[in-house]
Amino acid sequence: MLNYTFDWSIITSGKYFDWLVAGLITTLKLSTISIVMAFLLGLLIAVMRMSNSKPIRWFAHAYLEFFRNTPLLVQIFFWYFGSYKILPTAVNDWLVSTNFEFAAAAIALTIYTSAFIAEDIRSGVLSIPKEQMEAARSAGFSYLRSMQYIILPQAVRITIPPLVNQFLNVAKNSSLAMTIGVMEMTYQARQVESYTFKGFEAFTAATVVYLLLSILITALVNAYNEKVLNIHKAA
Amino acid sequence: MIVFKGVHKWFKTLHVLNDINLHVTPGEVLVVCGPSGSGKSTLIRTINQLEPINEGSLIVDGYDLSDKKTDINKLRAEVGFVFQQFNLYPHLSVISNITLAPTKIRNISKKEAEEQAMVLLTRVGLSEKRDAYPSQLSGGQQQRVAIARALAMKPRIMLFDEPTSALDPEMIGEVLAVMKDLALSGMTMVVVTHEMGFAREVAHRVAFMADGIVLEEAHPEDFFMRPQHERAKQFLRQLLTPMQAECP
Repeated sequence: MLNYTFDWSIITSGKYFDWLVAGLITTLKLSTISIVMAFLLGLLIAVMRMSNSKPIRWFAHAYLEFFRNTPLLVQIFFWYFGSYKILPTAVNDWLVSTNFEFAAAAIALTIYTSAFIAEDIRSGVLSIPKEQMEAARSAGFSYLRSMQYIILPQAVRITIPPLVNQFLNVAKNSSLAMTIGVMEMTYQARQVESYTFKGFEAFTAATVVYLLLSILITALVNAYNEKVLNIHKAA
Repeated sequence: MIVFKGVHKWFKTLHVLNDINLHVTPGEVLVVCGPSGSGKSTLIRTINQLEPINEGSLIVDGYDLSDKKTDINKLRAEVGFVFQQFNLYPHLSVISNITLAPTKIRNISKKEAEEQAMVLLTRVGLSEKRDAYPSQLSGGQQQRVAIARALAMKPRIMLFDEPTSALDPEMIGEVLAVMKDLALSGMTMVVVTHEMGFAREVAHRVAFMADGIVLEEAHPEDFFMRPQHERAKQFLRQLLTPMQAECP
């Protein structure tokens, strides 16, 4: 016989429901900020990686090898427990008085993911025929402006499927932020479980939230792709 | 307007341009022809520094291309380039292909740029295609848009690198007609082409290249009727024979 009484009411109303909603909002905030920042940073690193200047190229290469080859959890711990120690005491105190857990998690997620996104975008750029760059340069665009107006818009479209993967990873990886005390979805589900011993319900709620969040991200990117990017369909 | 003086270029050990001396005056149409591998594409690509030169001096519209301090982007804005493969921007509509450089480089307003673009599109006979995408156009239409795109920058020189070589035969005429119209309007043009009819009718001068050397430089009438160099005679024979065979 099943020795467990289901009580779904704890996750659909009352205090525990509020906790879960608070967790959901934090997860949404953390994921959104990290996705946007990681995308922008990834673009920058990708362009640096293809720069004509050797030091810039070398820096970008070192950056992405460093950040994609170390565990995200270690990076989160580094930013949270390590980074602020080398800062002046005043800055240190100020950081601790703010929501530093959230900032550290967002920084770690952003930097970690940007390394993967940079490589995805670079492979997209390499797939654009070199004649596109020639056409842009011969119109008088500088290298960076050519990238901005002609190469990257095409490369990003090609890069959409791997980018969706990276965005989904950010949403799911944001759960690691609980280890430094960010009160996001997984943290709150854990709390609910500790207070009620209703682990099945609490983690079912968390599972459903991550699932819906992932589906939402995929749908948003696909809608954007359809509407804004995928406009030159053959007649 | 374009002055080559003792220009040399090497690809590794291959001597692709060997002591080029050419002078194109304003309003002149120079056609460059020659067998494949003769260096004619490289030659035209040096004029807007898609290929840098290794030796000699090249002055284009007052810009010294052998001087490293020359702002190459400024020169390129004054020189239109039309490619064999059109190279339209596939993610932009026809009108945006044309207005991108004028709005971003010349900083003119979008409205003004679109008005000018429509004038150009009408001129190349494609005003109804303003919102189409490059993939929806035929090769000939794409090349005409590419010409309009180059003209939108109000260039002082237009360069054409085998503009009809990638086209189906029935589309060559429509592109040549646009180029002829442009030549008659007084544009300074350098055209690499195998279209000898165009050369004969429109060019002021023909330069014949082989193995990186300009072997002959002459008025089209002289070049076609009285070619001096053996390579030029051979080239013209090969080019003209199949056409004569077709016409009874």
